[in-house]
Amino acid sequence: MATDVVSNAEQKTAKEMIHKGIAAGFPIMLGYLPIALTYGVLAKQAGMSLIDLTLMSVMVFAGASQFMGVNMIAVGAGALEIIIATFVLNFRHFVMSLSFMNRLRGVKLRWKFPLSLGLTDETFAVSALHSEEAKQERGPLFYLALILTAYFSWIAGSFLGGVLGEVIPAQLSQSMGIALYAMFIGLLIPSVKKEWKLAIIAVIAMLINALCTEWGMSSGWAIVLGTIIGGMSGIFLMREEEA
Amino acid sequence: MVLILLGMALVTMVPRVIPAFIVDKLQFRDWVNRWLNAIPYAALGALIFPGIMTVKPDQPHIGLIGGIVAIGLAYIGLNVILVVFGAIATVFLLTI
Repeated sequence: MATDVVSNAEQKTAKEMIHKGIAAGFPIMLGYLPIALTYGVLAKQAGMSLIDLTLMSVMVFAGASQFMGVNMIAVGAGALEIIIATFVLNFRHFVMSLSFMNRLRGVKLRWKFPLSLGLTDETFAVSALHSEEAKQERGPLFYLALILTAYFSWIAGSFLGGVLGEVIPAQLSQSMGIALYAMFIGLLIPSVKKEWKLAIIAVIAMLINALCTEWGMSSGWAIVLGTIIGGMSGIFLMREEEA
Repeated sequence: MVLILLGMALVTMVPRVIPAFIVDKLQFRDWVNRWLNAIPYAALGALIFPGIMTVKPDQPHIGLIGGIVAIGLAYIGLNVILVVFGAIATVFLLTI
């Protein structure tokens, strides 16, 4: 590190940003570990090797689609079928990424590119509600630390699940299935308390998603439509300055 | 298997990455910015419901009660981690 005394202060803020990012990523870790363990167990039972199932977490990093992929592998679905279903299920990340990247306009592409790769429902939700960091000079470090915390807990959990098999009692792992939903609620409520109109946006998205699911649409498209149409209500409800 | 992994990785990666390349080339009008800024809240809504009812698929009320407890805990201002623990404990107790 060829730094001089002047950059000492900057170094410290960089470190602080990383710490803040890890702290913000911690709830995601909590939610990911039990789910990743379950994924590892199921993937092993579906006949995937430890390397393959861990590699899937490294390469895909999208929980729901990995569960679906494992299921489809287990029932002997074709590769093309699995890949198309994955595309449909994960297309919602395009909408989320567009929203997140629009926040990061001032940030260089060499930062935006890796950050966009690590975008999941959970990293997006937490990042998007920490919008102040997007304006700060070392903001990208915050998001990177947050994403890597989530990423490595996802990979570690998958690997452990594959190694250990049924480690968590079924009842406990089932109870932990609520973890990510609770995290989403825990993220949404403080914003709603500040601005109740945000609740309308969220509820519209819920209803659209529920309706589409009711009509037999796949959950991937239902979430995409709920997010886009629910977000549309924000055109009328949000002011320019609002987070 | 390698083909499946590569294919899944590619179709997941591309939609995530495209916005990183295009936002700098586009200038959005105000209403589009408002739309995009509302996306996080809409996404949270769509991710919470109706999915939360599948926590215990044969008993949708279990997930709903866990969700209501989470709303209460978040409303009184508890940290997200405590909200998560509270909801897990609720579901655990309900399914004993």
